[in-house]
Amino acid sequence: MRPGGLSDTSARMNRPPPPAILKVERLEKAFGAMKAVDGVSFCVAPGEILGLLGPNGAGKTTTINMILGVLEPDRGRIEIEGVDIAADRSKALSCTNFAAVYAPLPGNLTVEQNLRVFGMLYAVKDLKARIEKLLSVYDLVRFRRTKAGLLSSGEQTRLSLAKAMLNRPRLLLLDEPTASIDPSNARDIRAGIAKFVDNGLCGVLWTSHNMVEVEAVCDRVLFLSHGRIVLEGDPKTLPEQHGAASLDDLFVNVAHETLDGGRRR
Amino acid sequence: MNASRVGAIVVRMAYLYRGSPQRVFPIFIFVAVDILIWGFMTRYLNSVSNAGFNFVPALLGAVLLWDFLTRVMQQLTMTLFEDVWTRNFLNLFASPLRTSEYLAGLLIVAVTTSLISLVVMLILAQAAFGLSFLVYGAALAPFLMVLFITGIALGVAASALVLRLGPTSEWLIWPIPMVISPFAGVLYPIAILPGWMRAISAILPPSYVFEGMRAVVDRRPPPWDRLAIGGALALLYLALACLFFFAVYRSVIRNGLIARYSAETVT
Repeated sequence: MRPGGLSDTSARMNRPPPPAILKVERLEKAFGAMKAVDGVSFCVAPGEILGLLGPNGAGKTTTINMILGVLEPDRGRIEIEGVDIAADRSKALSCTNFAAVYAPLPGNLTVEQNLRVFGMLYAVKDLKARIEKLLSVYDLVRFRRTKAGLLSSGEQTRLSLAKAMLNRPRLLLLDEPTASIDPSNARDIRAGIAKFVDNGLCGVLWTSHNMVEVEAVCDRVLFLSHGRIVLEGDPKTLPEQHGAASLDDLFVNVAHETLDGGRRR
Repeated sequence: MNASRVGAIVVRMAYLYRGSPQRVFPIFIFVAVDILIWGFMTRYLNSVSNAGFNFVPALLGAVLLWDFLTRVMQQLTMTLFEDVWTRNFLNLFASPLRTSEYLAGLLIVAVTTSLISLVVMLILAQAAFGLSFLVYGAALAPFLMVLFITGIALGVAASALVLRLGPTSEWLIWPIPMVISPFAGVLYPIAILPGWMRAISAILPPSYVFEGMRAVVDRRPPPWDRLAIGGALALLYLALACLFFFAVYRSVIRNGLIARYSAETVT
């Protein structure tokens, strides 16, 4: 458990690794001459929160878009729950969901309508009860008949998270999920997601530029730079291993490519 | 095909129509205005012409049928535009929704709203100008079907263009029916067109419909063989439009456009 949103991951790190929910193998994507993702491989295990870190343009969102099936890799393979996304995208995505600050839900539908439409897209069983539960969990009950476009950015983020939880996903992709949320709400949301993951059924891929949050939430982090994984490890021990005072400093080092050879693993 | 996912696209539009009179209004208003203008025009022509020819079914009927085709196409494209305007493609296509299910949802919305439009047209034309399509009975159905399939094909092709060229292609989409209409012989026989225009007419399914309808109005036997050519062309265009849509979808997935969809991202 992560009391108060803070992480205590050592017990889970010592368990034998269960079969991965997400398996990414040698993923590559280029836009013209620019390689956005260059041979990235990693796994997300059930009950694991994996942080995907890196400066702007490092390839995080490109990687997430490929996992979400909205961008076709040039090379490589993505498996979600053992299903190759290239072979059966719909089946692979039925046990996946995501929330991202750059993907707000339609502003012309109310909160409840949005959840109903996306619940139908994910073929959620007993949708009415699920919506009620999520409205309550994400403190959206009083906004149920408010159009999503009229919500504050923090409320919209909570709605995106509620939508992301609709189908009780086995794989949850969160791209800066607490970016526009106040510290108190952010802590509640982190705690909620950690609790959801602690049942050992779900894995999370989490990107954030808030290193305090990453250290509190993530079991493991990957640092991306120029489309490659340059560092991987436990966010609590990684800074010390690489001579940085904190995860924040380590991030700055990676962003400035000051690491030896730029490719430490 | 998953009914729940197709239903989601339909329900989304139902919510939008329910809470938005400004979306419901255009379903009726364009049709009503066209019927009024052409209804009075034909009434005037009947009063000044000694040709003994009733312009009401020939002109007003033709306008009504052309409006039907235009509504089918525009309703399909409008439904897609709702996702363009709300930048909803990433949410939709990162879900288990299949492209065919999305297209099926767009179609159901377009069919439903166009049929509502058609009923309003028929009631208004009958009430205001005494034009009743019911006198043509079941013979009208194949004509409507060809127009309907053509409208869907145009809508699917236009939606693919929007997906590929971005939101600004809206400017390109709306005039499509207007560009086709001179060649379709909506208000005049194809025979009066110059040769090069007749050649284009020959590949347009609506031209067979309007030629056929003129025969029906003149109480000549409907040219079923010609209408069959129109029907076959309409089906061919529908198949090509669907292939075009799927090809465009694959291309925007390959170049990442769908994840970054906005007016500024299109190259």
